[in-house]
Amino acid sequence: MIEDSPSTAEPLLKLHGVEKHFGPVQALYNVDLDLPAGQVTALVGDNGAGKSVLTKCIAGIYQIDHGQFFWEGRPVQIHSPRDSARLGIETVYQDLALADNLDIVQNMFLGRERLRNGLLNEDDMERAAGQTLANLRVTTVRSIRQPVASLSGGQRQSVAVAKAVMWNSKLVMLDEPTAALGVVQTQMVLDLVRRLRDRGLAVMMISHNLNDVFEVADRIAVMYLGRLVVQDRASAFDRQSAVEYMTTGKSGRTVPNAQDKGQHGAS
Amino acid sequence: MARAEAPEDPTASAAQAATLDVPPEIVAQSLGEWVRAWLTRLRAGQSGVLPVVLGLLIISTVFTAISPNNVFLSAGNLVNLFQQSAVFMVLAMGEVFILLLGEIDLSIGYTAGVGGVVAVQLVEPATTKWPWWGAILVALLVCAIIGVLQGTLITRLRLSSLIVTLAGSLILNGVMLIALGLGPFSGSPSLQGTNPNIRTLYKLMWGTIDPVVSWIGMVLVVIVIGSILWWSDSRRRQSGLVAPPASLTVLKIALIAVVGIVVVAICNVNRAAIGTLAGVPWVIPIVLVILAVWMVLTQRTRFGRYVYAIGGNPEAARRAGVNLAIIRTWCFVLCSVTAGIGGLLYASYLGGMSNNFNGGQIVLYAIAAAVIGGTSLFGGRGKMLHGVLGGLVIGGIYNGLYLLAIDVQWQFIVTGFVLLVAVAIDALSRRSATSGSAARV
Repeated sequence: MIEDSPSTAEPLLKLHGVEKHFGPVQALYNVDLDLPAGQVTALVGDNGAGKSVLTKCIAGIYQIDHGQFFWEGRPVQIHSPRDSARLGIETVYQDLALADNLDIVQNMFLGRERLRNGLLNEDDMERAAGQTLANLRVTTVRSIRQPVASLSGGQRQSVAVAKAVMWNSKLVMLDEPTAALGVVQTQMVLDLVRRLRDRGLAVMMISHNLNDVFEVADRIAVMYLGRLVVQDRASAFDRQSAVEYMTTGKSGRTVPNAQDKGQHGAS
Repeated sequence: MARAEAPEDPTASAAQAATLDVPPEIVAQSLGEWVRAWLTRLRAGQSGVLPVVLGLLIISTVFTAISPNNVFLSAGNLVNLFQQSAVFMVLAMGEVFILLLGEIDLSIGYTAGVGGVVAVQLVEPATTKWPWWGAILVALLVCAIIGVLQGTLITRLRLSSLIVTLAGSLILNGVMLIALGLGPFSGSPSLQGTNPNIRTLYKLMWGTIDPVVSWIGMVLVVIVIGSILWWSDSRRRQSGLVAPPASLTVLKIALIAVVGIVVVAICNVNRAAIGTLAGVPWVIPIVLVILAVWMVLTQRTRFGRYVYAIGGNPEAARRAGVNLAIIRTWCFVLCSVTAGIGGLLYASYLGGMSNNFNGGQIVLYAIAAAVIGGTSLFGGRGKMLHGVLGGLVIGGIYNGLYLLAIDVQWQFIVTGFVLLVAVAIDALSRRSATSGSAARV
């Protein structure tokens, strides 16, 4: 399942020396992270490690204080959510941000409705939404015209992900996509994550659940107290070393030349 | 691994549960299936406009049975009933904009009052002598400004809509009384007289369309609505999207045609005791035009979609790039303008304005009408049609009790109980919906 493809090409998004502080509190210290296309990068770490802050910096909700973003090798600025959306970065937050009273199509197109003669072009939107769901093989919903309130947790997550990839996005960031789901629904969402990767998207998945991480991730990046302590191919980790990195910031076990500030892995 | 079959398995029960929440017209392929799906939804408490239609049937049956000479269902009284309900209908439609956001506007009663007084004062031939259209325009503009001010306070300063509009109601009551006192009318400018501008305002409620023209107009309206319905449904069928079965489309069009024929037939009965008074009153097309325009705005435009999204999940709307403050403020403006139209109709109904105008009571009836019609107080659920149907219920109770010569205190009590039932239905259906989806997670 997991190909150890040597990522020779430039990663889709490369973070270099990113720092962020809120007043006196330093949230991110000199973070270097690579997010290559066609791979699932799991971002793991304990509570307060800075995963969410880092995600929000990439999404443009927070602005970084130092450091640089490189998008397909070019330096870019991300000052607002609009900037990141223009690059093709979409984020699925943990609360999914779906309106329960609207149906699947309406939610997927919220904010980017298609119009014809000034009125909503429902037929067109319904067709496009159906196409996207079919491509992602989200086939379990009974009708894409049913209100989101009537969906199961896994289906809601699928709709949120489909909404994110609908816009020719190149990088999708998923915040704890399986946190609230049961075993079977979790499998459904992980399958969806694999399909995103197979379509050539870069996927960044924040997760607490190491089972999910080892099942789906091609690469793992570990954060500890605002630092990115290591990033490498998933095969370079085992559960023991991952937990040690998450809880202490280092590992006594042999992980290929990764120490403290993990300048290792892709590139 | 169980991975391969995983996506199919978990949803079997979820999909089964979900059938309850799916509007029947989007899954049914035949009329029989549609009826079955509709019944399933009904049993699950997803009843749409059914309770209010049932309520209307009960009201008409009961009042017809007990009204003297069964006068309740007579042509004259039905037209009268519609005229009495029209103000509630229009104000309720305005309130739907606000209820969809999950807010409330308590000021629309006196907003309507101010609008009505401004228009009546401006056309008075003894003082300002404005043309009727200018007076109406300025009256609605004043209402729009009221909406802008209240909406801005609520959205920009994040004040509670309940309190802002409560204060607004008091302030506007005072403003209305000041405006009433202007000119030599000792506080009650009237619409009696032969001046054409005064006549036009008076006719908003009391003018009638010639019976022959009424028929022609009705046929044209049914043809236009019918062909739009048929055209859009058949296009969906051709492009392979889920569409209601053709028989259902035909049934809908037939229903509209029947309602149109019945309404015009009733209105064309001579309802005058002496002489002739027949034809569709102006107020019916006025209400229908407001309904049609606001329906298109809420159901078929981006603005309407955002209103529902804000009512359902403001955070989702914000992240989708919707400017919440602008949409919310616009809702308050549209609500106030609609209320202003209601005020014009009320002034016409009374043949003038006076300090008898009780805006505090009217706004409560308007909110009651919207909720009785099926609009949720919790935001995100409701339609313009609900305002019209709820307004008919309120007007029906008022009219029926009046015919029985029952005192006004009983009218308050009965209306209050009907409102309680409506709110209970709203809360219960909401609770069953949320507990249902919680169980499905």
